[in-house]
Amino acid sequence: MTTASEAPAVGLTHQSSEDTGLGHRGPESKSIVVPYGFWLFVLSDMVLFSALFASYATLAHATDGGPTSSELFHRGLVAVETLSLLVSSFVCGLAMIAAKRANMLWTQVWLLVTGLLGFVFLSIELYEFASMIAEGAGPQRSAFLSSFFTLVGCHGAHVTCGLLWIGTMMAQIWTKGFQPHIMRRLLCLSVFWHALDIIWVAIFTIVYLIGTLP
Amino acid sequence: MTDQDPELLNVAPGEPHDSMLSETLSYVIGLGLALVLTGVSFWVASTSVLWGPGVATGLVVLAIAQMGVHLVFFLHITSGPDNTNNVLALAFGVLIVFLVMIGTIFIMAHMNTNMGVSPELMNLQMQH
Repeated sequence: MTTASEAPAVGLTHQSSEDTGLGHRGPESKSIVVPYGFWLFVLSDMVLFSALFASYATLAHATDGGPTSSELFHRGLVAVETLSLLVSSFVCGLAMIAAKRANMLWTQVWLLVTGLLGFVFLSIELYEFASMIAEGAGPQRSAFLSSFFTLVGCHGAHVTCGLLWIGTMMAQIWTKGFQPHIMRRLLCLSVFWHALDIIWVAIFTIVYLIGTLP
Repeated sequence: MTDQDPELLNVAPGEPHDSMLSETLSYVIGLGLALVLTGVSFWVASTSVLWGPGVATGLVVLAIAQMGVHLVFFLHITSGPDNTNNVLALAFGVLIVFLVMIGTIFIMAHMNTNMGVSPELMNLQMQH
C-alpha cells in the first residue's frame, strides 16, 4: 500500500489498489463474465464489418458502366428502415426494463414489438434487394454491387439471426421464467440488437446518404 | 476494502440500472437524441444550403455522434469505475476498426493515383 490508499484508484485497478481484477477475489460471477464475453464477440463482429465497409469504400465507384449508387438508392425507403430499426432498439430496452422486474406480460409484448419492427426492416431490405436484382443490378453486375450486397446483406443476415433469437427468447421466458441463465441470454440479445442498430447507422450514412449526394 | 460486493466492481454491458425511472429516462433520452441526429443527417444530405464538399465529412461526424449516443444511452457504456473493462474492450475494438478502414481506404486510394496510369485508364481496370 503506497499513495494509492489516499487517492481513489483509477484505470485498471478497481476501487482498491491491491485488487487487480482476479487475484484473491477470484473471477467475476457468471452474470458479469457471460455478457462481457458476448461484448467481446460483438466488438469482433464490428471489426468484421469494418473490413466490409473498407472494401465497399474502395469499390464504390467501380460500377463497370452499370447503375451507380445515386441511381439505385431511394432515401425514403431508407428513412423508414432507419426509423423502424431505431424504435426497435428502443423497445428492446423497454423489454429489458420489464424483464428486470420479472413482468411477464410487458416483457413478451415489448419483445414482440421489437421483433415486428425488425421484421418490417428486413422486409423493406428484401424488397429493395429484389427490385434491384429485377432491374439487372444484382451482385454479379459490378464490383460496386458485389460489395454493396456483401455489406448490407451481411447486416441483413445478422438481423435475421436476431429475429430468430428474439423468438427463441420469448419461448424460453414463457416456459422457464426469469431464471438467472435466461436473464443472461436476454441481456446478450439486447447487446446484440443494439449493436446491429449501431452498424446500421454507419450503413445508412456511408452507403445510402453519402452514396446519393449530388 | 476486501469485503466489497464483487457485483459492484464490474457491470455487464447493456445491464439496466436499478431505478426504473432513470432507466426509462436513459432510453427515452437516447431515442430522442438518435432521432434528432438521424433527422439532421437526412436533412444535411438533401439540402443545398450547405457547402457541398463538406457535407460528406459532416455526415460522418453525425454518424459517429449517433453511435456514441447508442453506446451511452442504450448499451450503458459509461466512464464509471465499474465500466472500465467494457470501455477498454471498446477502445481496442475502435482502434482495430479505424486501422482497418482508414488503412485500406488510404492505401487503395494512393495505389489508384500512383500506379503511373492515368485515372481514366485506372478506372477501366477497377471496373471489373
